[in-house]
Amino acid sequence: MLRLTLRNLAAHKVRLLMSTLAIVLGVAFLAGVLTFSHGLDRTFSGIISGSTPDAQVRPANSASAAEAAARPGAGSEAMLEPEAIERLRTLPEIARADGVVQGTGLYVLDTEDKLVSSSGAPTLAFNHTGSRNLLGEPMLELEEGSWPKTEKELVLDGATAERAGYRVGDSVTLIAPQGETRRKVTLTGTAAFNGGGTAGAQLLVFSTAGAQNLFTEGKDVYAAVSLTAAPGVSQKELVEAANTVVPDGFEAVTGDKVVAESEDAIGDFLDVISVFLIVFAVIAVIVGAFIIVNTFSILIAQRSRQLALLRALGASRRQVTASVLFEALVMSLIAATIGVLAGWGLAHGLAAAFRQAGLEIASDVLVLTPRTIWISYAVGVLVTLAAALLPSRRAAKVPPVAAMREDTQPPARSTALRTSAGLVLLAAGLGLAAMPRIGIPEISLPGGFEVPTSPALWVGVGAGVSILSVAWISAFLGRPVLAALRTLSELAFGMTGKLAGQNAMRDPRRTGATASALMIGLALVSLIGVLAASMNASVSDVVEEEFKPDLIVQSPTYTPFPASIGDEMEKVEGVATVSRAQVAQAVLGKVDLQNPKKNEPAFLFGVDEHMSRIYDLDALEGSDDVKPGQVLVTEETAKEHKWQLGDRIDLTFRSGRQLQPQISGIIAETQVTGDITVRIEDLVEAKVPREDASLSILLARGADPAVVHERLDKLVADRPVVAVQDKEEFAESIKGQVNQLLYMIYGLLALAIVIAVIGIVNTLGLSVIERTREIGLLRAIGLSRGQLRRMITLESVTIAVLGAVLGLALGVLFGVLLRDALRDDLTSLWVPLDQLAAFLAVAVAVGVLAALVPAIRAGRQDVLKAIATE
Amino acid sequence: MSLTDPAPQDPAQREIAAQAIDVHKTYGKDAAEVRALDGVSLDLYAGEFTAIMGPSGSGKSTLMHCLAALDKPTTGEVVVGGRKLGRLRDRRLTELRRDKIGFVFQAFNLVPTLTAQENILLPLSLARKKPDPGWFDQVIDTVGLRPRLDHKPSELSGGQQQRVACARALASKPDIVFADEPTGNLDSTSAAQVLGFLRHSVDDLGQTIVMVSHDPVAASYCDRVIFLADGRVVDELAKPSREQILAHMADLQSRAMGLAPIGEDA
Repeated sequence: MLRLTLRNLAAHKVRLLMSTLAIVLGVAFLAGVLTFSHGLDRTFSGIISGSTPDAQVRPANSASAAEAAARPGAGSEAMLEPEAIERLRTLPEIARADGVVQGTGLYVLDTEDKLVSSSGAPTLAFNHTGSRNLLGEPMLELEEGSWPKTEKELVLDGATAERAGYRVGDSVTLIAPQGETRRKVTLTGTAAFNGGGTAGAQLLVFSTAGAQNLFTEGKDVYAAVSLTAAPGVSQKELVEAANTVVPDGFEAVTGDKVVAESEDAIGDFLDVISVFLIVFAVIAVIVGAFIIVNTFSILIAQRSRQLALLRALGASRRQVTASVLFEALVMSLIAATIGVLAGWGLAHGLAAAFRQAGLEIASDVLVLTPRTIWISYAVGVLVTLAAALLPSRRAAKVPPVAAMREDTQPPARSTALRTSAGLVLLAAGLGLAAMPRIGIPEISLPGGFEVPTSPALWVGVGAGVSILSVAWISAFLGRPVLAALRTLSELAFGMTGKLAGQNAMRDPRRTGATASALMIGLALVSLIGVLAASMNASVSDVVEEEFKPDLIVQSPTYTPFPASIGDEMEKVEGVATVSRAQVAQAVLGKVDLQNPKKNEPAFLFGVDEHMSRIYDLDALEGSDDVKPGQVLVTEETAKEHKWQLGDRIDLTFRSGRQLQPQISGIIAETQVTGDITVRIEDLVEAKVPREDASLSILLARGADPAVVHERLDKLVADRPVVAVQDKEEFAESIKGQVNQLLYMIYGLLALAIVIAVIGIVNTLGLSVIERTREIGLLRAIGLSRGQLRRMITLESVTIAVLGAVLGLALGVLFGVLLRDALRDDLTSLWVPLDQLAAFLAVAVAVGVLAALVPAIRAGRQDVLKAIATE
Repeated sequence: MSLTDPAPQDPAQREIAAQAIDVHKTYGKDAAEVRALDGVSLDLYAGEFTAIMGPSGSGKSTLMHCLAALDKPTTGEVVVGGRKLGRLRDRRLTELRRDKIGFVFQAFNLVPTLTAQENILLPLSLARKKPDPGWFDQVIDTVGLRPRLDHKPSELSGGQQQRVACARALASKPDIVFADEPTGNLDSTSAAQVLGFLRHSVDDLGQTIVMVSHDPVAASYCDRVIFLADGRVVDELAKPSREQILAHMADLQSRAMGLAPIGEDA
């Protein structure tokens, strides 16, 4: 039996290769994603532990300790005097104490005076002290050149230097937050974090004096201190000793704690990427499973005579089942092996793509871990075995007498039960998805489980159930579509078209399963398409409604910019009003020093007196105006914190300052400001450094918008951090981001479509082999090679279009329902008919493409095979 | 009942429907070489029902494939309807098969997804031609399948399927019909029906039919029987009886086995 199984595998190499390919792709994607996530994780944890000292002295009342760690020094206003560091150095537990000077808002311009793009990873600017990390190694490693010594020297990370086109010794242009905004420094070398790469962060390393010149107005003060323990001193002992001399308002924390905080902060971000990618891997594996089920079903149908012979010769049912399953096992092991290796390659490809986007991932951390290999093999093997199980049981049911019969087609199986079960499931899925419209019941389930109330979740689960049940009963649902397609192709191509249509309907289950693979991909693609189009439509609506100024000035990366830009713009001819907005962070309520995690950081939106005149805020209670000492909150926020009009709320800032503004108005949700809106004057009072997040500009009466736009453009020409946009440009810039994400998702879903194409190729190829004699007969009685190729192509297109029609219908349906569930954010519905038409065209192209090889192979078949009796 | 005179005419005046001129067909190479046809020259006359007979391996099927433009001879020439096949490319050969030649095979003769009528008209639909209604009716009535035209092949008996196949072969009024063991899979009653129909189509519809068979009963329906052995034409009989054919076959068999002939020498 074993030898026979292996012989079978060898005999059907080409057929199996194609279905193996489906598993290979699924496993490869999974292994690639796992390897990549692991690499990403390693990159970040390498950087974190490589750049954290044994202990750190830092401001005690950081608004959020984690936030402070993730963005070192962002606005930490309290400073340490050099004497404090000297005192630390006198302690016997401390081997070295290095003062840290750091800041934000620095940008590097490339050789063509353009901003060096970053992927949103932070720009880290700080001083080089030679301080040691947890492992006793230097935190920074010099890659080339030497460390900066004077105020006018700089070391960059290698990737940034390369992207900007600078070499050691070149003069580098920086945009600084304050003072001399444009400054030239000399690049003396390149460096990286000890522990691998920079993960996309731009490193700007200065001498201590250079950093102080930029960030502390030249004063000899420090934001934090890195402590290195003396030999034999533990982190805990080190911190206890340091805390005896640390000045008020500062605290010493262990390096381990800093690492944990940093990993917490960054972990969420990494989890999002991993989950996002793994979702697509799962989709690929599911689509692959469909193809495996189908391939095995067809192979077994074709082999039923051989299987019957085995049964006639005395093989038991179990032996037949086992032989088929063993075949699947061997196949899946081979496929998983290739898949894991391909996945490793894919991970490097992904890393290269992310590197293009600015997120540097060292390739030496992209390794196949035992966990990745284990999971990939398990998924590959289990999915294949599960997919082969049903066909293998069917194989065992072939009666021995079938070996003697001429016609070995297995008897038609009743599909009534399956169809009704599928319809019930489909109805359940649609019901789930429609729940948010009907009203989600508030029942508590036994065991304390609550019924989830997120409408999107209901629609999502409903969509998943529906799509899978449609795939399950696609043979039934596809029938009218196939009949229509047959009529259509008969009208267009005559008898060839009719034959193709008939062939597609010959085994509706096979056609349905093949089309389902494509259906899943296209359902997701069109669902995302509807959501994205609705999002763009909503953006247009919101911008139309809420964009009141003539021009808006903000940074493409949403990073703050110096207030001096607004000052200069006020002086430009044709500008009447410049309204400033600043974003700051504060803790709501009193700071709990014992439990930093309990502190709730909130974003405050700081505005000036012009804001309420430019924008129409919808005040539900009180006024839409905010004066110093007052605060506007949105309805949602007020509800969440049980705030009433006239209440005073507690805000604690990073500087330690506290404010108690009074609620002057409760406003409706808006894109113009944030949840909590205060006056910039109050932020200044709280020692938040002045910088702007955006400027809203009103033009003077009679001023030509184009001319003023151009003047302002000229003004910010040498400040690539900010851009001037009118209403259309503003809407386009937001849509651009939506579309970028959309294309990325399309790219990932393309894999599911590639697998579906393989499925069609497979089914067609097997059908052609199965119909060798029929094709020979047709050729003998006058079907030309061209007609034969057209017939097979039309059959393929029919399958593809069936998948597309079902997929697009489901995608649009659930896109509409999901939009409805998210109507708070997606205020308009837009079904992108042009895109859907394009998807249908893609499906036709997919059909033509998939038929290419089977059609050519069929055309080459010998006509004589028709009459050569077996 | 006959529309044409079934009496054999003088060979010099009979119209030739298909012709084989010194046809050789070999498979394999060197030591493994098999000579399926070893110099066959043969004229097939229009309006005749001809049988090609011979023991297994005599090359009769290969000869038919070559005559019917399904296979190409290694050397030699085949002429069908006055056209030499050797020079024709696949497209012309396809058209020739579609328009000038009809086929009936032993098994798997019909396209399972099409009805009987669609199967009969298939060569015409592939050529995008309209059937001649008078001719179609005539053929259908001769086959006797009118009530079953809407049935799928799976709903027809073996004999009925084969009669549909015969009707299809005739539907385009081909110059010549080739039948490869058309009764090989049928019981004797069905076989008699099919053979009777073929005979009728020659006698009443003026068709030309060439049938490959090793069944003496089938061959006894024919005007002319050509015997093949080891890839060569060894003999032929005009209007033979079943007994004559049996005797000839036995003779060929014994010659092949190196025994003395038992029947009369031709």
